[in-house]
Amino acid sequence: MAAAIALTGGRRPETSDRIRLTLPRAFERGDAVPLMVEVKTAMTDADYVKRLHLLAEANPLPEIASFHFTPRSGRGRVVTRIRLAKTQNVMAVAEMGDGAVLMAQAPVEVETGGCK
Amino acid sequence: MAELEVRIAVPSAARRGEVIEIKTLAVHPMEHGFRLDPDGKPIPRKIINAFFCKYNGELVFAADLHPGMAANPYLVFHAVATDSGTLEFTWREDGGDVFVAERTIVVT
Repeated sequence: MAAAIALTGGRRPETSDRIRLTLPRAFERGDAVPLMVEVKTAMTDADYVKRLHLLAEANPLPEIASFHFTPRSGRGRVVTRIRLAKTQNVMAVAEMGDGAVLMAQAPVEVETGGCK
Repeated sequence: MAELEVRIAVPSAARRGEVIEIKTLAVHPMEHGFRLDPDGKPIPRKIINAFFCKYNGELVFAADLHPGMAANPYLVFHAVATDSGTLEFTWREDGGDVFVAERTIVVT
């Protein structure tokens, strides 16, 4: 949580079902774990996700990526692949255009850590 | 300058206002800096640390990437098809090298 708060300028994220974070519950290799994250938003000037951070706090470096959107992004959705050093919760933190900071977490079990 | 092998999937045509899906991949080891070579010396970090997508010059998506991104960084994102023109993709590597690729789109 400390890393998440540091990324959002000190604001504590609120758990929200507006973020859908999808990862496998268990994955053999931690060096390329598939991930999909989407923030439910209209992506209009009044309602959009500005920044979306991915964090894995049990990794040697918790920050994985920060995505920057504008209303012209169309959707607040990203698919990617991440490294997980060990079994842990992956966190997505969304900074919304109106200042709200939202969060979702997903537990992932990995057999082989991804930092070898 | 070194080359970066990239793969980009973007529709060649779209309707105005349509939200299009864009897939990109850069062939890159994303050396995360925590590995040791056979002599026990640390292998220095070298990753793609940023990615940008501009649509007719306007930034529509960007990413700051850290060592927790898997090798061959793969990103799927979206953009609103506004006008015919050019999508410009930029990958920035540790050390400052920058790799740029373009695709065109026809919007009707």
